[in-house]
Amino acid sequence: MVENRPLTAFLTHLVLILGVIAIALPVWITFVAATHDQLRMNQAPLPLWPGDHFLDNMKQTLFGSGLSGTETAPVWLMLLNSLAMALMISTGKIAISLLSAFAIVYFKFPFRMTFFWMIFITLMLPVEVRILPTFEVVANLGMLNSYWGLSIPLIASATATFMFRQVFLTVPDELLESARIDGAGPLRFFFDILLPLSRTNIAALFVILFIFGWNQYLWPLLITTDTSMTTIVMSIKQMLEAAEQSPQWNIIMTTALLAMIPPVFVVIAMQKLFVQGLTETDK
Amino acid sequence: MLKRVHFPTSALPYLLVAPQILITLVFFIWPASQAMYQSFLIEDAFGLGTEFVWFENFEILWSDRHYLASFQRTAVFSLLVAGLSMGVALLLAGFAQRVVRGAMFYRTLLIWPYAVAPVLAGALWVFMFNPTLGIFPYFLEFAGITWNHYLNGTQAMVLVILAAAWKQVAYNFLFYLAAMQSIPNSVIEAAAIDGAGPARRFWTIIFPLISPTTFFLLVINMVYAFFETFGIIHAVTQGGPGTSTTILVYKVFNDGFVGLDLGGSAAQSVVLMVLVIAMTVVQFRFVERKVAY
Repeated sequence: MVENRPLTAFLTHLVLILGVIAIALPVWITFVAATHDQLRMNQAPLPLWPGDHFLDNMKQTLFGSGLSGTETAPVWLMLLNSLAMALMISTGKIAISLLSAFAIVYFKFPFRMTFFWMIFITLMLPVEVRILPTFEVVANLGMLNSYWGLSIPLIASATATFMFRQVFLTVPDELLESARIDGAGPLRFFFDILLPLSRTNIAALFVILFIFGWNQYLWPLLITTDTSMTTIVMSIKQMLEAAEQSPQWNIIMTTALLAMIPPVFVVIAMQKLFVQGLTETDK
Repeated sequence: MLKRVHFPTSALPYLLVAPQILITLVFFIWPASQAMYQSFLIEDAFGLGTEFVWFENFEILWSDRHYLASFQRTAVFSLLVAGLSMGVALLLAGFAQRVVRGAMFYRTLLIWPYAVAPVLAGALWVFMFNPTLGIFPYFLEFAGITWNHYLNGTQAMVLVILAAAWKQVAYNFLFYLAAMQSIPNSVIEAAAIDGAGPARRFWTIIFPLISPTTFFLLVINMVYAFFETFGIIHAVTQGGPGTSTTILVYKVFNDGFVGLDLGGSAAQSVVLMVLVIAMTVVQFRFVERKVAY
């Protein structure tokens, strides 16, 4: 920066380190809870330093039958369900959005603007406000307790379409002109030119949508009643409720940790793309 | 909107938009219009008959003390969540922006809560503040504060605000950092030559220049606090104790799925829709102005 005084440099790092500590503290406490046995987790004050039961807890959480006294699916199955849901939402949304954005930007056809506004409207309505009727639709279509019911209604959202529209609008017209002179049809142009050009945007969007899908809560809570369809994020709530009778905080916090790791890993691994995607899609 | 050069009309564009339009119609437009229609109906308690009542549900809402209180509560909740998370993010971004060495390190450590589900954030915080076992109540005891968010409405509100803001700091931090990095260095250097110190430069140059970002984030954070915090409320307080943390979106869920007051819940949905639409329009106008094609 402009000046380089030791005191300001010190202050800068101090504030940032305090910020990092404040941000990380809840997760540290979760991690510590996941490394102690049940006995220790029922004595106040709780430990602030890790114990040596981490592997035991992991094993019991992943392959055990969940909390004693509750009937839940094994955690590995929940992780699998969450993964399936997150992947279906992210790939599905990217696929249909790419196609519709392509149609809207590159074709002139009747009702183009009608379609555009129909998609645009969906930008405004989060699933929470139309939850009851949407639930009814899914129930009538017989999609309760299925991966389709978990993911398809959440695929219908406009953000991705808008992002791709924005990306396509920045593609120079000359590319299409020359592609057409070379005799390329619309699909050829789409696959050979447009897709490669939007590669980074697709990847960034994938990160964002994966997290969005993985973190869904209310929707899976409503439409899955079968325990074998439970997702890991929604199981936390059931465990918290069960904790009022038999507090097995070590298992609950191990589950919370497991539920957190995949999306956090995705964000950190793809940080650059993600940052780019986040600052460019919404702005 | 449309490319200057484009493909001729054919059946292809219809095929291309078909999946998106189909899903939008079935899972979006239809349910949303159903919500609107239901808001004009009153169903009797046994589900035997419905009656079309025009705006009666809305009139009931506006004279309902609980609904108005929930409105007010939501406003307080969202403003505090937005204020707290944006304030902390601005502070951290202001300092992070000065760091040259270790910038990536700090950024990574500050952005990851973005990936944490709201309901998990809630679980983490409810564990830390568990009245019998939690770490914080143990220390608060020394300060003479008895913590029990199961009984004390204000404390319950504080807890959900902390959890909601904690999760949102990461997002705001990223946007503030990006905005600050787009300010030309020469402007800041010129101010430094004129003798302005770091704090003064921040308030007279950086802060005004990032005010569009602040406005944008305010809208985003309000929408976040209105809707996405459902998981936090549901996991941490379930709207209680009493109704002290029942914000609007929780009330829609509670009245509809638990109380089975379909008309009333639908009317509340419609009010929420209007609110989001208003906020989205504001935001979109802002975005349209900022984005250059």
